[in-house]
Amino acid sequence: MMTLFQPGHFLYEVWIARGVLLSGLAITVASAASIIAIGLSVGILGGLCLIYAARPIRWVMRAYVDIVRGTPVLVLIFFVFYGTAIIGIDVSPFVAGVLAIGGFCVAHSAETVRGALESIPQAQSDAAKAIGLGFWGRLVHALGPQAVRRALPPWINTAVEMVKGTTLLSLIGVVDLLLAAQQAVSRSFMAMEFYGACLVIYVVICLGISQLGARVERRLAYIRY
Amino acid sequence: MQYFFNWDVVWRATDKLAYGLVLGLSMATFALVVGSVIGLASALVLTSPKLKALHRPVRWYVEIIRNSPLLVLVFFVYFGLPQAGIRGLDNIGSFVLTLTLYAGAYMTEVFRGGLASIPARYIESGMAIGLSGRQCFFFVTLPVMFRIVLPSLTNNLISLFKDTALASAIAVPELTHTARWINVQTFQVVEAWTSVTVLYLVVSYLIAFVLRRVERRYAVIR
Repeated sequence: MMTLFQPGHFLYEVWIARGVLLSGLAITVASAASIIAIGLSVGILGGLCLIYAARPIRWVMRAYVDIVRGTPVLVLIFFVFYGTAIIGIDVSPFVAGVLAIGGFCVAHSAETVRGALESIPQAQSDAAKAIGLGFWGRLVHALGPQAVRRALPPWINTAVEMVKGTTLLSLIGVVDLLLAAQQAVSRSFMAMEFYGACLVIYVVICLGISQLGARVERRLAYIRY
Repeated sequence: MQYFFNWDVVWRATDKLAYGLVLGLSMATFALVVGSVIGLASALVLTSPKLKALHRPVRWYVEIIRNSPLLVLVFFVYFGLPQAGIRGLDNIGSFVLTLTLYAGAYMTEVFRGGLASIPARYIESGMAIGLSGRQCFFFVTLPVMFRIVLPSLTNNLISLFKDTALASAIAVPELTHTARWINVQTFQVVEAWTSVTVLYLVVSYLIAFVLRRVERRYAVIR
């Protein structure tokens, strides 16, 4: 048993690096949570803008969504990270990275929300109008609940993508789980073990969210139009 | 702080940018083509009742790859595999290998969906005019499936092209790496990243534009 904890053994190296690995995991979770929160809240607003806003706002939002969705996240991250520095705003790599990936998430969820809202039959909106609901009333009581049900599966997919996307933060020096593992590798030269373990942790997190998504999808499968 | 624009730094790197663009596109295309072969094989395994023993390993492959970050896979293959004695791949080869396996998992889902959405009457018609099971597969199932999945192939090519940006993490000289190079050589941050963003956008939309026309040409009548 004791031989497992000799220098040069994987478990020993993990134990030595436990602090940075755990804080890396915490950073990964925190960044993913903030990205998803930004993406959901601003994304809903963005999706509403894509459909209902006055033309100029709609066009700006459309351009934003199309540009961001057509660019690799990594390029966005570098752009925001180096760009904020050059215009004199001093932000930490964590904030720059979360803003960049969050902006990416906003574009994706805006598109999801737009698709969900537009896929609801016109009759629903007409019926809501007929019983005297105003714009917000229609949105909150008639269209909203149906749109949420439709947006949930693709939105959970986006959430998984965002968790996967947080690994890119390591490239601008945020010590997330991946960079923590990388630091451990550079000390122990156990690339296989550490990256393998990293992979397992990410797969467990993402698979958990995916399974949740699949369950939600099954729960909502009864809704047909 | 004053920022002086100097677009010369981009023009001077035209050859590097062009090389990076071509490299990125070729890596993405290779990954899509070979990934499609893997994906088709896996999808056929998953839909065949005879190969039930293989269902579980294939499902694991698809689920693990689809739920792991590409960057971690890249590091695992590039740094981890040599440690296990699998050597002889440079950074480009190792990235292409990773991207291909990654694409294979996604393509499995695409082809599985494609196979499932072929209307039963097509295959019944094939049987009715006397095609054997094998003929039915090659002359009915496969062509119809390819027409159905064509839009997904386009989307996957574009997203694989965007994924090649991650190759810069292991110093593959593609577009993002070139932008970083311009960035650190000249500190013309805005020029470097804007030009590369525009290149990614233009190429992605160009791929979409061209392939959408192909899709329309081969659209299935349902």
